[in-house]
Amino acid sequence: MELTLSEHDREMAAGVHGQAPALAMRILTHVAAADGALRFIDITSAHVDSCLYHGEAGLDFAERLAATGGRVAVPTTLNVSSLDLLHPDLVHADDRLRDRGRRLMAAYTAMGGTPTWTCAPYQSPRRPALGEHIAWAESNAIVFANSVLGARTDRYGDFIDICAALTGRVPETGLHLDEHRRARVVFRLVGVPDRLASAEVLYPVLGHLIGRATGTKVPAIVGLPPGVPEDALKAFGAAAASSGGVAMFHAVGTTPEAPTLEAALGGAAPEQVIDVDLAALRAARDELTTHLDGVLTAVSVGTPHFSLEEFRSLAALVSGRQVAPGVEFYVNTSREVLAAAAAEGTVHTLRLAGIDIVTDTCTYITPVLRGRNGIVMTNSGKWAWYAPGNIGVEVAFGSLIDCVDSAMAGAIIRDEAVWSG
Amino acid sequence: MLLKGNAVGRVLLLDEPLSMWGGLDPETGEIIDRRHPQAGLNAAGRVLVMPAGRGSSSSSSVLAEAIRLGTAPAAIILGESDDIVLVGALVAEELYGITCPVVVADGDTYSRLRPDEEVTITPAGVAFPAVGEG
Repeated sequence: MELTLSEHDREMAAGVHGQAPALAMRILTHVAAADGALRFIDITSAHVDSCLYHGEAGLDFAERLAATGGRVAVPTTLNVSSLDLLHPDLVHADDRLRDRGRRLMAAYTAMGGTPTWTCAPYQSPRRPALGEHIAWAESNAIVFANSVLGARTDRYGDFIDICAALTGRVPETGLHLDEHRRARVVFRLVGVPDRLASAEVLYPVLGHLIGRATGTKVPAIVGLPPGVPEDALKAFGAAAASSGGVAMFHAVGTTPEAPTLEAALGGAAPEQVIDVDLAALRAARDELTTHLDGVLTAVSVGTPHFSLEEFRSLAALVSGRQVAPGVEFYVNTSREVLAAAAAEGTVHTLRLAGIDIVTDTCTYITPVLRGRNGIVMTNSGKWAWYAPGNIGVEVAFGSLIDCVDSAMAGAIIRDEAVWSG
Repeated sequence: MLLKGNAVGRVLLLDEPLSMWGGLDPETGEIIDRRHPQAGLNAAGRVLVMPAGRGSSSSSSVLAEAIRLGTAPAAIILGESDDIVLVGALVAEELYGITCPVVVADGDTYSRLRPDEEVTITPAGVAFPAVGEG
């Protein structure tokens, strides 16, 4: 069996609709053949990750597509960039990064991308529904779309994201198909105290642990309380997609394709069952910290981008308090969520406490932090995993409450009680 | 073979998957993920061997940039197929005409890859040095 193209696919490949869709179809067809796909399917939306500047290659590709008349064929949101266009002084980019970052953003908006500049497009009210085929890039967005929304996206990365957006087509393969969405590995929480099981800090740690253990295989998690909040699932998925290659998970009793373990497994037996106990969770938590003894220079939260609900929680924690002198405190979020939080008044509360809000980008991918010689605290498993390599900082992981208490005290404070048996 | 081409290089065998983004510095070719077992080694010009891809969507961009700059591996051998690696190599070939072959090795071939051994990649696959040679 070989890949069969529709008439429209063949026209795009032949250049009938312009050079940009032709280049996009050339790449898509190569990938489809490598994956053994038999045909392309329509998508209802795309989320493009390629708008973050990683060097001239990404800019060359975007500018070639834009210059040859590329226009998105489906509604397309844009991921974080290298710059904060709303608060330009927060990013200490040199002239070259400023120029290249802006040109890259301009190329993607010229092609019709919506300037959302967020890694959390699922926090918009206009988000895909159960069963919709989409082409999303950015690992945390992919895992959230598949697992929490029940929309269907394969693990798309840079370049193929805009190819899908320009053509409205993706190979029918991977997580678009039922057979790849069922769980292969079952993780059972065993003897985890209720207090920890219902704490937000569990989720990035559990995600980190499961990503390490499962790699790219779809995991199912049993033993979590029902109805895990979206922000916890966001933190879990982002960590699991960073430490492993998790593009979909089933939280049994919470996520839409996992009302029961049997449903998550799709009637098949698991390849492996792994018990997760308190000791394993503590070890995973410790992996997210590079240093605890030293000067706290910054706190960063909102990786993935802070939600409206998270603004409410943080505002309640910091109301009437002040970040200690010498400590920088950043919240990363999207323009859309920032506007909604500002309307509710939580942004004002944060600013009064001495917190800076970063939009359009994130503190671990572009130069925002001023002090880099001390320790940065975060509640994000993803930030903790990538920041040491990306921006050369030491990291201490803690809960949101730990982050706030530490920022106010000017020293690292962590509640150990929640991690004890 | 995911992306056909020719290359020669010494095997850099990774014990764990590496995310190119956050893991590989395209300016130098160095493995910068400090938690990776092979952190600090340089992948430029080597035949990079890893069991699978890992992590971020941005890895395609980082690989394409490394290929443009000449700091990329000479070829990449994977234990399982990975579109993010493939697309990075494909786009670099489209833009710059430089091919970084990407191979998915079967279990037998993968297990024969030895650290630092020179291997040759051809459009037919991986060729090992003949037994008994120097």
